[in-house]
Amino acid sequence: MRRKWLALLGFATGAFAGAFLYRRSTGSRRSRLDVYFDDGSMVSFGEGSPESDRLLPVARRLVASVRR
Amino acid sequence: MDAAQALADLTEISSQIEAAVLFAEDGSVQGSTLSDEAVSAELAKGALELLSGAGSFRSEGGAAVTQLEASGPDGSVFVVRSMAGGIVAVTGPQPTVGLVFYDLKSALRSAAAEEQPKPRRRRKTEESGDAA
Repeated sequence: MRRKWLALLGFATGAFAGAFLYRRSTGSRRSRLDVYFDDGSMVSFGEGSPESDRLLPVARRLVASVRR
Repeated sequence: MDAAQALADLTEISSQIEAAVLFAEDGSVQGSTLSDEAVSAELAKGALELLSGAGSFRSEGGAAVTQLEASGPDGSVFVVRSMAGGIVAVTGPQPTVGLVFYDLKSALRSAAAEEQPKPRRRRKTEESGDAA
């Protein structure tokens, strides 16, 4: 009985941890800049890179100006 | 189809797009879903700023920027460049990126179709004359 209860508790804990990690990876999307070139290549700049730090404030300003 | 009609169709098709502006190469506004001209001009200017800024990231190879997406927690900015300018759009957070790009390119094509003159149909007599 005790072993069964422990197995159930372990399963519940694992399911909760999995759901938490999944939500954290997909739910809070960080800022980034994706640039596509005419040769078919794409470069993605994450938050904190010099490139995105230069252009993301421009994008934020545009989003804010539309919602003003 | 003119720019206004292309933009009206765009906002009707894509519920994710909050605002969109068609702009020329020099940054002048060709059409906008916004009633505020100053904000439309700001979007067009910002789009050119993003395109030129992103273009400077890759000096080798000389590849030009065709489109970009700048996303943040409050929303995203999409810019698609065309031969004569481009289109910029603002969406809410976590948009369907591929779908937004597809809709923006469709709007660009619709707006460009109006600018190009329709090809004249050849008259039957000319066709028969060619055949003879």
